[in-house]
Amino acid sequence: MVTTEELKKVRIPKAKELMRKEDRLAPGHRLCAGCTAGTIARCATLVTDPDNVCIFHATGCLEVATTVYPFTAWRVPWFHNAFENVAATASGAEAAYRVMIRKGKLEKMPDIIAFAGDGGTYDIGLQSLSGALERGHDFVYICYTNGAYMNTGIQRSGGTPMYAATTTSPAGKVIPGKIQWRKDLVAIAAAHKVQYVATASPAAHRDMMTKVRKALDVDGPAFLLIDMPCPRGWRFPEALSVKIAQQAIDSCYFPIYEVYDGKEYVLNPKSKAIANKPERKLPVEEYLKGQGRFRHLFKPEKREDLIARFQEEVDKEWNHLLKLVNL
Amino acid sequence: MTKAKVTKGKRVGMTGDEAVANAAAVINPDVVAAYPITPQTIIVEHFSDFVHDGEVDTEFVCVESEHSAMSACVGASATGARVFTASASQGIALMYEILFIAAASRLPIVMAVANRALAGPINIHGELTDQTICRDTGWISMFSESAQEAYDNTFLAFKVAEHPDVSLPAMYGLDGFILTHALEGVYPLDRKFSQDFLPERVMKHPTIPGNPVSSGLLALPDYYMEVKYQQELAMTAARKVIPEAFKEFGEKTGRYYDQVESYQMEDAETALVTMGALSGTTKFVVDRLRKAGEKVGMLKVKTFRPFPADDLAKALKDVDAIGVIDRDLTFGAPGAALYTDIKTSLYDYKDRPQIFGFIAGIGGRDVLVEDYEYIYKQVLKNKGAEKVVPVEWIGLRK
Repeated sequence: MVTTEELKKVRIPKAKELMRKEDRLAPGHRLCAGCTAGTIARCATLVTDPDNVCIFHATGCLEVATTVYPFTAWRVPWFHNAFENVAATASGAEAAYRVMIRKGKLEKMPDIIAFAGDGGTYDIGLQSLSGALERGHDFVYICYTNGAYMNTGIQRSGGTPMYAATTTSPAGKVIPGKIQWRKDLVAIAAAHKVQYVATASPAAHRDMMTKVRKALDVDGPAFLLIDMPCPRGWRFPEALSVKIAQQAIDSCYFPIYEVYDGKEYVLNPKSKAIANKPERKLPVEEYLKGQGRFRHLFKPEKREDLIARFQEEVDKEWNHLLKLVNL
Repeated sequence: MTKAKVTKGKRVGMTGDEAVANAAAVINPDVVAAYPITPQTIIVEHFSDFVHDGEVDTEFVCVESEHSAMSACVGASATGARVFTASASQGIALMYEILFIAAASRLPIVMAVANRALAGPINIHGELTDQTICRDTGWISMFSESAQEAYDNTFLAFKVAEHPDVSLPAMYGLDGFILTHALEGVYPLDRKFSQDFLPERVMKHPTIPGNPVSSGLLALPDYYMEVKYQQELAMTAARKVIPEAFKEFGEKTGRYYDQVESYQMEDAETALVTMGALSGTTKFVVDRLRKAGEKVGMLKVKTFRPFPADDLAKALKDVDAIGVIDRDLTFGAPGAALYTDIKTSLYDYKDRPQIFGFIAGIGGRDVLVEDYEYIYKQVLKNKGAEKVVPVEWIGLRK
């Protein structure tokens, strides 16, 4: 049983060492140019032992783009069941591995990663996730959030930010995109009192990889929410994915932090720097204006009111997080 | 049971649900993932006792829904584990999506179905519709007439499902309350028998560490059809494997089963055909009618998928007319599940009988001896009709 103090000390190999390893997700998959799902999947699996990891996948972009029969981009064991049930599927496999260990057919519990998008997690897969977290299966659930159902053509999800234009929350003449804020998925996961919950970003890749390793080292369930800029759905040039992810951290729209044991909130370097020096906080307008999904906030005329409203929500969440960190 | 020469061991009193739980405990599966639902609850409760008393090595995953139950079964079975579950009615409906995936993934999960009517209106009593609606999922599907048969079906289902030529999931039904909750004497089997009858499951491409295989891929129009065709081939293989499994089971236990069981059919001119617990009463009624000099017999369809079309044709070639009694529903169709399947199966046979459909026992409505006798009379009355006689609902309030 890894203690929380031990967990905090988990480190990953140096970049030089990691770069020598073979990618578990091979090139040649069919993800879009600039898609950070591939970045996330490659980074996450690089901190695993290829001979001791099993990947389970919800239906979604990353799933369909990496496994079009008869091809697969995965060099490690990989299984896909359906859209809303990756947590339950992984639960079953974990139970089976447990029996195998008991019967001497398997040496130790492998690293189990369940990948799902925001649609498969915030919305349709929430029950399955909650059940698996409550039952305490030893696995890591990684939700890569691009804030919409990108795989089916950019429909709004419970993870879509306010005012984002999606195909089911279009920027109309009366309603300016999605009118609700997003669900606080981290709080939901943390409320299950699992040992480790964290947010991460491809803009802080070492931080992200360390978090994956920490999550895997937990003897029980762990949950990661990873920001996943999507050039197609968010409408920005493919080369800017990591920059957009960086702006999400800098503006505090997507701060990076950890929650130990459901109660101890810790900010990670980039977000911590902003907490220490609030003047470093990027106005969210900077984040919004680089993305076509928010174009209607700037053209034909600038909607200062809506941008201010968005900023207000970001500030509210950020201030709440600071409170939690300082508890 | 065609030949009841069983005497092995002592009869033990148990309900149908208990029988299933006991059989599952003897089999000692690696993983059971299940969610409680009336009238299946005794199965999971009883099995939980075995788990908590250390009588099985099973990991029992007590999930938060039937959708997750079947999803966890899929995940567990994908590792090569032997997996069992049980459900009913709304539970089957909720897991319906994953039933198709289990079959297409060729995972030999076994599920007991405590057959119950589907809402609405909500009802907890016996009806087979929850299982007949699964006919297109790609699962092997069997029914039970008694707690003993439900007990035995647990073994038979694993035997057929895990056969390398089949490798398909299998479900078997036991009528809600009539079998699930009624106490009956059951001849139990033991671990030694189980280990001999069900050797360890062998899986070609398990999702286990160190075996970099991808399963559950996206198949587009260029490959999807072939995958589905392979499922049909597996069903075809099951037609051969099922009688072999029944035979081996009979030789080892003295309890012989057939895909279509014939009762008093030797010189029968008329037959009643049904599935599940209705068969028991049908036999009783057939005996009564026989005593009165009527040349009537009964056929019990035990395996609903794959559908034993040839066996039925063979059994019915000298019969003039049959009454098919369905305890299941489908709306706007030519008739209920068994009726339409039998009609379709026999259409091309020159010697086919005339086929009349009856719907009875819906939502747990009692089907009385006089109802069967009425059905028999209706078959005789309709015999010779030159157009299709509409399916008749039996025991409806007027």
